[in-house]
Amino acid sequence: MSADRAWRPRVAASAVLRRDHVRRSDVLLLPERVVVLHGSGRAVLDLCDGSRTVEEITAALGRAHSGPVAADDVASFLGRLRTQGCLR
Amino acid sequence: MTPTAPVGAEPPPPWALLAELTHACPLRCGYCSNPLELTRRSRELRTDQWADVFRQAAELGVLQTHLSGGEPLLRRDLEDITRAAVEAGLHTQLVTSAVGLSAARLDALVEAGLHSVQLSVQHADPERSDALAGHPAFAAKRAAARLVTDRGLPLGVNAVLHRHNLDAVDDLVRLALDWGADRVELANTQFYGWGLLNRAALMPTGEQLAAAAQAVERRRAELAGVLDITWVVPDYFSGTPKPCMGGWGAVSLTVAPDGTALPCPAAAALPGLDPPNVTERPLRWIWAESRAFTLYRGTDWLPSPCRDCDRRTEDFGGCRCQAHALTGDAARTDPACSLSPDHAALVALTRADTPAAIVPRRPGGRAPGRVVG
Repeated sequence: MSADRAWRPRVAASAVLRRDHVRRSDVLLLPERVVVLHGSGRAVLDLCDGSRTVEEITAALGRAHSGPVAADDVASFLGRLRTQGCLR
Repeated sequence: MTPTAPVGAEPPPPWALLAELTHACPLRCGYCSNPLELTRRSRELRTDQWADVFRQAAELGVLQTHLSGGEPLLRRDLEDITRAAVEAGLHTQLVTSAVGLSAARLDALVEAGLHSVQLSVQHADPERSDALAGHPAFAAKRAAARLVTDRGLPLGVNAVLHRHNLDAVDDLVRLALDWGADRVELANTQFYGWGLLNRAALMPTGEQLAAAAQAVERRRAELAGVLDITWVVPDYFSGTPKPCMGGWGAVSLTVAPDGTALPCPAAAALPGLDPPNVTERPLRWIWAESRAFTLYRGTDWLPSPCRDCDRRTEDFGGCRCQAHALTGDAARTDPACSLSPDHAALVALTRADTPAAIVPRRPGGRAPGRVVG
């Protein structure tokens, strides 16, 4: 599924992306799930607005970090969130 | 998450709050897991008391609240309660039977900031759903689903599964899709409260379960990314206990209609907890220090054979309420575990051949004279 080249990930309508001040991390809230975002997780999800493919997200992330980004890591992170219903 | 905190350290903060706004409900579901003795309406927390609970919960680290019951729509101040939860910064989900969810009511809830709705159905077939609910509610549910999705609110469908609807799992998934849900929870009955009285009548057969589990696997694969399917395993059959509530006092807390705070909604039935009340104690103290929340937290209290088991940090010895209901001792290994000395007695309960009729939930506190099973 993460190998789906045409997929343009979009954060699910049911999800709320916000800062958790108690745990000092960013979280993605769904009706039945909380995903704690580590590392560049938040930056990746901010790019998931349905306009970019996984490849384009990886590239945009690389530009923002001015360095190469592990494409496999991004793809597997997005694939996992898709399975959990966090991404459409 | 570390299961055992260092001595003197605060436990990790809770993630979720189950707010049981009322025990009143128009439905008469025989599987109802609410306690036999329901809280009277006159003893329910007021709006401002709930607002205070939400503020304290958010400060403690709670991120989500499920506005539940009973039927929360029976609270005339549900809009104000919802707004208070949203203002506290919580993600709010309404857990409802849909009875009483008019367009005007939903508009007011959306206006208050409600994030999500979970709708219960009892069967995919309207007549059978109404019969199981003991109330002509199916048409209202279908209409409510439309109202929710029309407003762009995410919809979840929930069905409690048992002998009388497990064969409809495929149809329930189809219903969830047709109604525009983005998730469906297929939860095999957990036998607590009223539902425990009906255990024999609700107990599925192994064949039913195997077929349903297969259907779920197939539909999950087909619908990945379209519909999120949650399957709550029937622990009487699995041989492995559930990590109840993700561990005692580890993930979430429940506040009952009268303000009693408990690690889980079924824990009201446990002896010796001395349950604290939010009207008398700060939520932070309740979570970190009360006897009710610390008694079975972590792994230090575990009995044998759990304390040496490789799975002890996965299931924490299983469910305390189930251990108490089936053995009379809340500190024993959950009999759902195949390693429990009481497991054979539990397995025997899954082999009842002549199921009794379901006794519909009664509104008051009066249980039928005879406890089934």
